[in-house]
Amino acid sequence: MKLDLLAKLNGERAARRAAILFTDLEDGTQRLVREADIGPDDDLESGLLRGGKSRVVEVSGRRVFATVHVPPAKLVLIGAVHISQALAPIARVLDYDTTIVDPRTAFATEARFPDVTLVAEWPDAALPQVGLDRWTAFCALTHDPKIDDPALIAALEAGCFYVGALGSKKTHARRVERLKAAGLSDEAIGRVAAPIGLAIGAQSPAEIAVAILAQITATLRLEAGAA
Amino acid sequence: MTAQESRPDDPLATAETWRRSGRGVALATVIETWGSAPRPVGSHLVIDEEGNFMGSVSGGCVEGAVIAEAAEVIETGKPQTLEFGVADETAWQVGLSCGGRIAVFVERID
Repeated sequence: MKLDLLAKLNGERAARRAAILFTDLEDGTQRLVREADIGPDDDLESGLLRGGKSRVVEVSGRRVFATVHVPPAKLVLIGAVHISQALAPIARVLDYDTTIVDPRTAFATEARFPDVTLVAEWPDAALPQVGLDRWTAFCALTHDPKIDDPALIAALEAGCFYVGALGSKKTHARRVERLKAAGLSDEAIGRVAAPIGLAIGAQSPAEIAVAILAQITATLRLEAGAA
Repeated sequence: MTAQESRPDDPLATAETWRRSGRGVALATVIETWGSAPRPVGSHLVIDEEGNFMGSVSGGCVEGAVIAEAAEVIETGKPQTLEFGVADETAWQVGLSCGGRIAVFVERID
């Protein structure tokens, strides 16, 4: 591998941008495809990124190894609430790097959330340092529009691959009105998963956490529209 | 922030740093596995001309053989695909005891 190609690849990885390195296994020639270079018709590249796994592929009859670099997925939860207490340990098993944001210091305590990054600040102050991006799954869980809404808007603007919001259909209808009034497009608002989680009849906080993480997984791994 | 600073235990960042410091460097990558293989496809081992290494392609079973081949790749610049498995005489010698097979691509960093 040429050193400058390796440097480019490392640069993409350090910046939390996905990239695929194609290596022709017969002659060793290589090509780096960055996330930004991948178009809607590039099925091979899109499929590799979605799967997130390196593997041998065939390109024009030649065996080519695709090294797939996808940034480690982040999970950002707004609300140090009961559901978050159930979500955090399951998310850890699934290899998510989890951050919980809640300005209410009575909720955001280490005793309630051991081994999780806690930020006891308002989303406006917290989210720039947390760093939302397209490899981030985001859940608004406080039920309090003052806390949830600005964070939701930031998550939609950052292109988080999953944006979910807790609340009944009625609660969500009111939220949709507020987001419209804030100037968000119907398309953007339509990306919010609400009521949050797959419909598995979840009742307890732990079951709701499973429903949410199943929906996040489906959004990450299935083709758009298949979830 | 450089890649090396952000990921101190990262073979790809290490490969870049070692090469920039003027060392001859080879990168080994697991490209295929069959059966129970200890390290997943895409795992890397970086080796320098003196046999220093970082990372892992097998959890210890075949590292020695890969490091020996890497010395040749660093010298010739010609990439190699190595296969290790129970059907292979070499594998018995280097001991891929889990019963799986792996293919490892070794290339020089130029």
